[in-house]
Amino acid sequence: MTALLDIAELTKRFPVGKAAGPLGRLRLRRAGTPEHLPHVYAVDDVSFAIGKGETVGLVGESGCGKSTLVRVLTRLLDPTSGIIRLGPRELSLTEARRFAHDPDRARIQMVFQDAGDSINPRFTAFDAIADPLRQLKRLGGKALAAKVEWAAEQCGLPLPLLTRYPHQLSGGQRARVGIARAVGVEPDLLVLDEPTAALDVSVQVVILQLLRRLKAELGMSYLFVSHDLSVVRLLCDRVLVMYLGRIVESGPARAVFDSPLHPYTQALVAAVPRLEDDGRARLRLTGEPRSPIDPDPNVCRFYGRCPRGADACKASMPVLRKLGAEREVACHFA
Amino acid sequence: MIAMLRHARYVVGENPVTGLAVGLFVLIVVAAVFGPALVPIDPLASDTVAALKPPSAAHWFGTDQLGRDIFSRVVVATRLDFTIAVASVVLVFAVGGFAGIAAGFFGGWLDRVVGRIADTIMAFPLFVLAMGIVAALGNTVTNIVIATAIVNFPLYVRVARAEANVRRDAGFVEAARLSGNGDLRIVGCQVLPNVFPIMVVQMSLTMGYAILNAAGLSFIGLGVRPPTPEWGIMVAEGSGFMVSGEWWIAFFPGAALMIAVFCFNLLGDGLRDIVDPRRRT
Amino acid sequence: MTVPALAVENLSVEFRTRSGIVRALENVSFAVDKGETVALVGESGSGKSVTAYAVMGILDAAGRVTAGRAMLGGLDLLAATPQQLADVRGREISMIFQNPRTALNPIRAVGRQIADVLIRHGNVTRAEAPARAVDLLRTVGITDPARRAKAYPFEMSGGMCQRVMIAIALAARPSLLIADEPTTGLDVTTQAVIMDLINELAAEIGMATIFITHDLALAGQRARRIVVMHAGHVVENAPTRELFRHPRHPYTAELIAATPDSAASLDDLASIPGTLPDLRRTDLPPCRYSERCPRKIATCDQPLPAAALGSPHVVACWNPLT
Repeated sequence: MTALLDIAELTKRFPVGKAAGPLGRLRLRRAGTPEHLPHVYAVDDVSFAIGKGETVGLVGESGCGKSTLVRVLTRLLDPTSGIIRLGPRELSLTEARRFAHDPDRARIQMVFQDAGDSINPRFTAFDAIADPLRQLKRLGGKALAAKVEWAAEQCGLPLPLLTRYPHQLSGGQRARVGIARAVGVEPDLLVLDEPTAALDVSVQVVILQLLRRLKAELGMSYLFVSHDLSVVRLLCDRVLVMYLGRIVESGPARAVFDSPLHPYTQALVAAVPRLEDDGRARLRLTGEPRSPIDPDPNVCRFYGRCPRGADACKASMPVLRKLGAEREVACHFA
Repeated sequence: MIAMLRHARYVVGENPVTGLAVGLFVLIVVAAVFGPALVPIDPLASDTVAALKPPSAAHWFGTDQLGRDIFSRVVVATRLDFTIAVASVVLVFAVGGFAGIAAGFFGGWLDRVVGRIADTIMAFPLFVLAMGIVAALGNTVTNIVIATAIVNFPLYVRVARAEANVRRDAGFVEAARLSGNGDLRIVGCQVLPNVFPIMVVQMSLTMGYAILNAAGLSFIGLGVRPPTPEWGIMVAEGSGFMVSGEWWIAFFPGAALMIAVFCFNLLGDGLRDIVDPRRRT
Repeated sequence: MTVPALAVENLSVEFRTRSGIVRALENVSFAVDKGETVALVGESGSGKSVTAYAVMGILDAAGRVTAGRAMLGGLDLLAATPQQLADVRGREISMIFQNPRTALNPIRAVGRQIADVLIRHGNVTRAEAPARAVDLLRTVGITDPARRAKAYPFEMSGGMCQRVMIAIALAARPSLLIADEPTTGLDVTTQAVIMDLINELAAEIGMATIFITHDLALAGQRARRIVVMHAGHVVENAPTRELFRHPRHPYTAELIAATPDSAASLDDLASIPGTLPDLRRTDLPPCRYSERCPRKIATCDQPLPAAALGSPHVVACWNPLT
């Protein structure tokens, strides 16, 4: 499968605390190297690829860095280091601020978690869907209206609803507007940031089935970010598990959920409530995660919370190693 | 648009006070626009024989010390005072509103610079500052408008900055970036329409303040020059006659002032209900 | 038959809104036995939270209870005086809410918020309260409780805030806890730990729990009995195993079929036909699911049979699944 998106050694660090302000920067410049500054390692040395037509899931809990990763990927933020390659082009070379005007902007689009928040309350549904078409495809007048209607129909949004404002639409309808806006420009890669988290379960079914159909018809790849493992299991071909900025496991979705290899994935899978309680071992994670600020590069991020833990885990950071044809794990025990 | 008008009618209907405010506002606008053409007696015509006459059938509000008809003067003054109010508000919104939005959205040094300017202005007692500006530049209507605008600048900056700051991290701003909007377009097309309604409420309140400011300046001789009819100056001239019993000279312009400010304040409340999209069902 | 901890009988609630009267709840009846965990399950608009708020007496000002009783032991909560309610809330019946950080007072240290409840209800003196509060924080699994007691909600994670809320709710050892979507918004691992905690504490003090959620799988995992609600009605009320194996109301069956966990693949997931009826309508049919139900028959226009509170598997349907 040819890779559509190739991420290599992507890292994003944010300075924290007093040092982040102007006085701090001044002090720093006097002190010498920026390495003295405490940083949050939101995304740390992440590498993966998404193939054409693939749906890759990204799971992890709050604070694991998936939001930051997604924003760097979609070029809303600049990475601290690393490469983002879309097809043959290296996107990381263009600054995020300038990317809005880049010809490739339309190739990566995003559907947000809270559709209500991601649509301007003063825009009608039509305006919201039309905005990227105006800016990125330079459409206007009749051509614009036709394309907006096409996008709305693709997403099962009745045309009369286009004149409504977001607060006049139901949660499911707003979700459809968000999706129509993103697919209107026919992107190659669609990043979905928990698109069904705020929806009722019956609406969620419809939206998930819609997403699957759209992907096939428009030939897109998906990066599906979610904390709901049951949904990821149904929709995704492959899944990446993130913890504190690093990828700890990856592989085919079914395989990862049926037999997780990394202790964190095991705890995650064990915690998901199942309709039929199969008496699965209650693996409980106690305590709080390690601090993401200036973490020790030699200690596994999961050490301390992990039910296993040996001296090796304190001595060297486990790297993502291949285990079999399609699975990768970052753990000394796997 | 239709939905907004329907909502407007509902709001006005549900809250009679708002209805009253709108009615008064319309009255003020009509007086401002048509007043000078409709008044029975020339406001500048003095008739010393008829000076200091109490309200009567011939002179509804009585006459002042130069025999001028107070009713005509009050009505004609509406245009001037209303113009001052509107001009001040538009000016301060244009300058303060945009400065605030930019400061709130972009942050950084722009935020700090705008903040310092606002802080400096706020350090002065506002009326004293207005006095100082008019005294320095000369007491023309233009300068009164400028002084009012400067004095209100910090307030608008604060409101606009706070609103823009909240919107800066909103999902729809990120979505707009993904849709190919540059920063300037986002500020103008995405953030401004959301901040504007809140500013509108502020603007209607400021209108009342602007009139009071002009009236206050006139009262101490730094406002418009006589014989121009203006409520403040009329109150100033009439105040001297209160003691001797000719209460009507100061009373009627004072009442007009009060009603106008009252109307603008009430309007602000009603306007907020109308323009906030979340209150629409 | 033992007296239930809470018996809700024929509860009906209305809301007056700008666009009409919303008949949010109609004839809601269910009971919770002592020490039992019952889940109130439904989608948005089903009325599950409204039920809880009505029972606790904290309905929005536009809401009105138009009929029914909520018997907590011998006291009808819906007819109680404000004084009686104030005495009972916290001591006999407690509630925890969805968004823990916003449900706590942001400008008061968490230790003091727990102490407040203890002083009001717990027969504890002002001097003893802070120490007892620290004990409670330890019981809910917060490490270094003495230091954390002085912290403010914004300094704590969502999971920790929820633990504090549990500590506050359980401080006076109530006989009934209502948990309104307590883990929505929390990570799944934190959710598991919090739910474990609630279950353990409930078992320890013999407390009954009403657990409100839209997550059927979570309800199934934690509750002995599930009450399914739709558009302000109770449509089914059965023990968990029984409900999942033999759902009798068409809506329950559809809800199960729409839950991702129930499906092997995306094609197996089925959405629920139709939409919620507009509860402002004056011409609502007696069964509010009938307009979207594929099993509708002629009798469905008749008022539904009255639910027998004592029976183990209650279904409000003229044409239930067998």
